[in-house]
Amino acid sequence: MVSVGVGSLGIISIISLFIGAATTIQVAFQLSSPLVPRSIAGSIARDSNILEFSPTISSLVLAGRVGSSIASQIGTMRVTEQIDALEIMGVNAPGYLIAPKIIAGVTMVPLLVIVAITLGLTGGYIACILSGDVTPADYLAGVHDGFDGLTVRVALVKAVVFGFIIASICAYQGFYTSGGALEVGQSATRGVVFSCVMILFADLVITRLML
Amino acid sequence: MIEISDIHKTFGDNEVLKGISADFKPGKNNLIIGGSGSGKTTLLKCIVGLHEPSEGKVFYDSECFTTMDFRERVPIRKQIGMLFQNSALFDSMTVEENIMFPLNLFTNMPNSEKLDRANFCLEKVNLVGKNKLYPSELSGGMKKRVGIARAISMQPKYLFVDEPNSGLDPLTSILIDNLINEITEEFNTTTVIVTHDMNSVMGIGDHVLFLNNGEKWWEGTKEQIAHTDNKELNEFVFASKFMRAARAKL
Repeated sequence: MVSVGVGSLGIISIISLFIGAATTIQVAFQLSSPLVPRSIAGSIARDSNILEFSPTISSLVLAGRVGSSIASQIGTMRVTEQIDALEIMGVNAPGYLIAPKIIAGVTMVPLLVIVAITLGLTGGYIACILSGDVTPADYLAGVHDGFDGLTVRVALVKAVVFGFIIASICAYQGFYTSGGALEVGQSATRGVVFSCVMILFADLVITRLML
Repeated sequence: MIEISDIHKTFGDNEVLKGISADFKPGKNNLIIGGSGSGKTTLLKCIVGLHEPSEGKVFYDSECFTTMDFRERVPIRKQIGMLFQNSALFDSMTVEENIMFPLNLFTNMPNSEKLDRANFCLEKVNLVGKNKLYPSELSGGMKKRVGIARAISMQPKYLFVDEPNSGLDPLTSILIDNLINEITEEFNTTTVIVTHDMNSVMGIGDHVLFLNNGEKWWEGTKEQIAHTDNKELNEFVFASKFMRAARAKL
């Protein structure tokens, strides 16, 4: 849990701040009509952030950071016979090695997504102060206006599902590694690629079902 | 007593084991020898249940291990200790934690007793005071000895050893062989050792099984090897000038 959660906090924070800031500036640029209230930029940036950027982009990054680590760690245990040693001792190796990682994934990814949402909105606010495209007051008004709690629920459902996808696919790839160092690398790559594809597919399905 | 009966193992079209039957003597060092690719390690993995035989059965004290499911095997697994070719120590654990791992799994001993047992095992393998080191801080020979300490921590009835001397210098190899021999004698374990090291065979081979091309080619004692007229076994055992010279003196 520490590795998945605390270990990923830095990269998630940086990415969220920058994406939040860039999204706000781009939305403000596209809605530069005098007929559209400036606070709309805050509303659109908020919903984009909560619904898509924070859960999906964060999970894609986590698939690279955490997923590759899970796959290579378990893969290395396989090729160095550590998993065989567990099995000889009568340990249910999949349960012992994979289950804690899935639990860490489904609990830590939602927490990271909450952090990502908060920092994404903060990034938008900082962009407003620095760029002046939208006033901070307009931005905050937009963030508050028409807020629907469903968007956060959707984000959290996505986060739980994405956490499960990352941990289970990467652990599976690692567990069924055979060969040596080359194959461990290949398993990690396969784990990340399959996780990313499944995250994007699940994103579409959850969005369609819940919105 | 471990008995194997007509063990076959096939990977795809490749038949690695072709009907091997044997008994492994209790309280003795039972060596499985043979050239590379002869099926030694595959046979060992079939015996301990890491591979399921395509045909044939493995019996531990007349109980058929092959037909048992995972849960039924656990009581037998508690009596098994194994030293792997690469030691297979858990990287994230210290030496002490590695040795205490099976104790944590299978016993309700108080922590102090587990520590005492770990220290006893470390003393047995001559690694007193190395408790807090990680596997990455150990030499190859030390890793093997920690692997042995972990394997004997549950005081197993059956000890399996895969290539104990691979990658070790001759002195360390002899030390590991002597250690395994001492453990076999002291704990009266049924020890099964896969090796192609002739020093081990001539040193501790109470009962030797020679595999050739996936078949049992010869079975006997180390004393009988020197006088065998089995062509393949002769070619294998006495391939080096050193071994030929040694036989000439017998």
